[in-house]
Amino acid sequence: MQLARVIGDVIMTRKDENLVGIKLLVLQPLTPGREPAGRPLVAVDAVGAGVGEEVFFVCGKEASFPFYPVEPPVDAGIVGIVDHWDLG
Amino acid sequence: MLLAKIVGTVVATRKDPRLVSNKLLVVRPIDPRGKAEGNYLVAVDTVDAGVGETVLVVGGSSARMASGMKDCPVDAVIVGIVDAVEINE
Repeated sequence: MQLARVIGDVIMTRKDENLVGIKLLVLQPLTPGREPAGRPLVAVDAVGAGVGEEVFFVCGKEASFPFYPVEPPVDAGIVGIVDHWDLG
Repeated sequence: MLLAKIVGTVVATRKDPRLVSNKLLVVRPIDPRGKAEGNYLVAVDTVDAGVGETVLVVGGSSARMASGMKDCPVDAVIVGIVDAVEINE
């Protein structure tokens, strides 16, 4: 899983039937120092996150597991909103 | 998932039987602000998208979960046509 900040959202009308009702957000992956790490990507939201929040997300088929038994075709999904993190 | 712009089509006569009657498109990934980046991809279209449209592309094994793609040998599928991307940093 990776840390990221939610920087936007994506609006689609015509889409796969299993994506209906699922929120799509634009994420910027972050380093623990809150610097951008790599390219922004689009992820589904399973926890009610919003723009500006720091979250962690999973990549791969596991991103669809929060929506079981529906299997939406997604490869990145937000699974937690981060309250804070500490480095030792 | 990646945002991408459709830049062309692919025609293939000899192909895996499970790919028959699927539309193949050439897409170029873009960043959320519309700037092209990275390498071109060939993706299967499941939503009747066309050249010039911005779409959402799912990669890896998740691509097979798109409508009609069960057990197909694909790793990039177009699952939606993007109306708008709102960025608020």
